Amino acid sequence: MAAEQSLRTPATAAGDTRIHNIGYRSYDGPRLGRAYARRSLYSQSLRGAYGLGRSVKSKVLPMLLFVVMCVPAAIMVAVAVATKAKDLPVDYTEYAIIMQAVISLYVASQAPVAVSRDLRFKTVPLYFSRPIETADYVLAKFAALASALFALTAAPLLVLYLGALLAKLDFTDQTKGFAQGIVSVALLSLLLAGIGLVIAAVTPRRGFGIAAVIAVLTISYGAVSTLQAIADAQGSDGSIAWIGLFSPVTLIDGVQTAFLGATSTFPGGVGPDTGEGVVYVLFTLGLIAACYGLLVRRYKKVGL
Amino acid sequence: MYDPTVARLTYRALLGRRRALILGALPLLLLLIAFAVRGLAGADDQTAADLLGGLALATMVPIIGVIAGTGAIGPEIDDGSVVYLLSKPVKRPTIIFTKLIVAIAVTMVFSAVPTLIAGFVLNGNGQQIAVAYTVAALVASIAYAALFLLLGTVSRHAVVFGLVYALVWEALFGSLVPGARTLSVQQWSLAVAQKVAGGDLITSDVGLTTATVLLAAVTVLATWCAGQKLRTLTLAGEE
Repeated sequence: MAAEQSLRTPATAAGDTRIHNIGYRSYDGPRLGRAYARRSLYSQSLRGAYGLGRSVKSKVLPMLLFVVMCVPAAIMVAVAVATKAKDLPVDYTEYAIIMQAVISLYVASQAPVAVSRDLRFKTVPLYFSRPIETADYVLAKFAALASALFALTAAPLLVLYLGALLAKLDFTDQTKGFAQGIVSVALLSLLLAGIGLVIAAVTPRRGFGIAAVIAVLTISYGAVSTLQAIADAQGSDGSIAWIGLFSPVTLIDGVQTAFLGATSTFPGGVGPDTGEGVVYVLFTLGLIAACYGLLVRRYKKVGL
Repeated sequence: MYDPTVARLTYRALLGRRRALILGALPLLLLLIAFAVRGLAGADDQTAADLLGGLALATMVPIIGVIAGTGAIGPEIDDGSVVYLLSKPVKRPTIIFTKLIVAIAVTMVFSAVPTLIAGFVLNGNGQQIAVAYTVAALVASIAYAALFLLLGTVSRHAVVFGLVYALVWEALFGSLVPGARTLSVQQWSLAVAQKVAGGDLITSDVGLTTATVLLAAVTVLATWCAGQKLRTLTLAGEE
């Protein structure tokens, strides 16, 4: 282009050159800044996690999983109301553990949606050409997936709680259980979102991210519960709690058994005691922080 | 029916760079657990059967099958580079057949071999358990690879559907609805394992004849459908 112009310039007669003003204007409106960009990225990613504003095809799976999460809760409530039961058939804290397959599938399918495409199509540098920093991008994506997961896991609890109130079960008892359940699923959402995003961010290829996330979640749970079952059969109850540290779902199970009044689903019902519970909480928070750190590190030099 | 160049490219796509590490991590974990269990609990036939049945055959084989089966063709269709393959004078059923062979081989190597080793580690092939589960893993590898290869040609979300089938249908529905077990690759391969082991440690809900017929039918039908699908393939952009 430059060569072409420099060739053409001598052709015009001297004194005939002029610069046309074709009316480009600079932007002098308000600049919305970093916080606004971060908020937009958060809300777009959150909507994307449920396929809102995307094609019908990408709505099918998340919506289906959302419905699958809520239907058993609705059925339980209906049964409890119809039979005038004194209590709900499951604890609030137990629900997410029972439905963990659905939650894992959701994380596996939506974590790559949140981060893998930007990496695969190399659009990440475009984000960073805006006023956002690496930390903002990671924070927005992390928060968005965690919120989406929280919506997925808290909605059935809300159904259970409203149903319990309608069935005129004990108000303080139910409210306490509901609050404990909410805290537990909030922790679970943060943890799974972190793990899912880290794995999806290192496997941008379509399909591989999904398979890797699901493999990590199911295999770690399968391995841990197998080892726990064997430890239980061997009568070494002391090691059951320590083995539980090594998979996300058993980690949350341990935390809620120690501090949130849940009944452990570990073999033999041997949950961690308070001392071990502290280790569980520290481990959970450490994992979440580590996931955040790894993501920031991953995006430090990506595509630039 | 077998094209070495297509096979080589597919092997590269499946195992190239870091992908072999992802595939290799699962069998490695199984072996680690097998060693840990042997160290903790000693040799026990029931434990070995539970571990191989629950972890190896029910979880590891389907996941490896999904990765290998869909990975053999899915990414190529996805990024559009399959047109360069389709424009070559190679028959499309040949492409599918070659990719199927590769997917089966990869699934077998990464699932059946570790199963065999884990079985020997766990109880030294007592009551033929290691061999029985290895045969089951081999048989299941063929059916899973064919099934998930078909999914890879049909859907862009093949991995999700494959995992939903493997984890939700076989694991969850299979344990709740007895009828669902009749339509599960895992149960068919267990029927074969039952025949090999002969004991009562391994049981299946399906008869051996039914299982064999269904396995063969699913494999052949899935491969044929995938070939047909590839003949009329339309490429679509990212949603």
